[in-house]
Amino acid sequence: MSLHSFAQTLVFGLFVGGIYGIAAMGLALVFGVLKMLNIAHGELLMLGGYVSLWVFQTLGIDPFVSLAIVIPVLFAVGLLLDRTVYRHIVRLLGEEKIKNSLLVSFGLTLVIQNLAQWLFTADERTIQVSYVGEGLNLLGVSMPYTRLGSLFIALAVTLVLNYFLHHTYPGKAILATAEDFEAAELAGINIHRVYMMTFALGASLASIAGTFVTVTYGISPSIGIIWTLKALIVIVLAGTGSILGAFPAGILLGVVEALSGAFIGAAYREVVGLVIFLLVLILRPQGLFARS
Amino acid sequence: MTKFLGIDHMNAAYGDMQALWGVSLKINEGEIIALIGPNGAGKTTLLRTIAGLHRPTSGTVQLGDTALHVLPAYRIVNEGVILVPEGRKLFGSLTVLENLELGAYSRHAREARFKTLHHVFELFPILEERQKQRANTMSGGQQQMLAIGRALMGLPRLLMLDEPSLGLAPMIVQNIFEIIKLMNDQGVTIFLVEQNARQALELAHRAYILEQGRVVGTGTGKELLHNNEVRQAYLGFAPATRHEKR
Repeated sequence: MSLHSFAQTLVFGLFVGGIYGIAAMGLALVFGVLKMLNIAHGELLMLGGYVSLWVFQTLGIDPFVSLAIVIPVLFAVGLLLDRTVYRHIVRLLGEEKIKNSLLVSFGLTLVIQNLAQWLFTADERTIQVSYVGEGLNLLGVSMPYTRLGSLFIALAVTLVLNYFLHHTYPGKAILATAEDFEAAELAGINIHRVYMMTFALGASLASIAGTFVTVTYGISPSIGIIWTLKALIVIVLAGTGSILGAFPAGILLGVVEALSGAFIGAAYREVVGLVIFLLVLILRPQGLFARS
Repeated sequence: MTKFLGIDHMNAAYGDMQALWGVSLKINEGEIIALIGPNGAGKTTLLRTIAGLHRPTSGTVQLGDTALHVLPAYRIVNEGVILVPEGRKLFGSLTVLENLELGAYSRHAREARFKTLHHVFELFPILEERQKQRANTMSGGQQQMLAIGRALMGLPRLLMLDEPSLGLAPMIVQNIFEIIKLMNDQGVTIFLVEQNARQALELAHRAYILEQGRVVGTGTGKELLHNNEVRQAYLGFAPATRHEKR
């Protein structure tokens, strides 16, 4: 393999990894704070992608600009789902909570997926922006604008999220609730409000990832579960307590998958990701980016 | 002294296991009240129920004219009733300063947080030195000070402390008790649960004894310190022999 194609593979791995990172941060946030695994995370990502597609087709707004619409829409969907569904699960304790969260979010997965199929049909769609196929060319390595834009926004969102969590009162309330919900209550934090905001924030992050997927790949109602699984692998790599660590872990998975796809063969790219997943679980179960 | 916190016929249970049986007590403004009793007597349950972490099955908790037993925990904090829980429950991966800031989460406490922080640093100079350090890297005594400091940041009118001396060296325990006294002198009413019955009774104006979920005795700290049954059960004195009685 030439140096040039190695570099090209690496760069594309970075681009994919940025999307993994954003998707996984949303899942990690919900998992870390509400202590439940939201299997429907990928469906929220898919819904976000469709909202972006719909805004592009009806209003002709560029998908990177229309994030200003897509994010609030999915934030509202998140609020609604928390009030109607998840609020009742988050109160449960221990095993009951885990079981119920898996069952309910799996059920929600089926509902959202079928709803999407009914609304948008099962065809794969994509957003064809006017600058599709154009991009930068750096020393023979091509970087399409759509992917470059996705990576930059993903990075910016991660920085904003970092600032929000560590330097604002509502953000610190989220971290505190993740650490110990009773101690958070005793500090005067309304934890049910924190749960609601966190879930909506998770849905918003999913919608950003969904927009990127729609712009760079394509979207169909069945993609949700694949992204839930990817995000799950990434949060185990990062360490389940690490919300922001999910971003570098996502980049890592993207790069490893891309390189192994190029070196070993495209059929094995998923396998290598899963092998790393198992190795991390065996050798460093607290995750790569968790503070021990 | 005016009546401040009143608990009336409180029952509480965990599933089928009843933990508190018709507990009634009152705390006057400015007092230090100790609650002593053996392990499993329901002391922690009583504090958790007042703090709103556990719902009573019946009975009331009244702070002045406000019914606390119907409020969620964060609203009880807003009313100035704050618990330093057993085991401290710090936000371990956050810094000392972040822990203190979170203690001042409710609106009125947040507005006064710089002033309160200054006050907390005066009480616990070690917290100012260690403000950038992560909470779970500190010693047990420092963590207990941080737990108390975090509670003070919420501007308590009633501060409830659950076993603040647990697992600490005698010298640090002494220090914590001095600070409890100092906070009380500065106007905070104190409700103290302690295994360390002697020190608690010496410090307290009044005390209640809780056994198997029931209040079985009450009196001033001095009275209880000299009560034979209390001395035998909690202060490590052997029952008086016939010889001594003569």
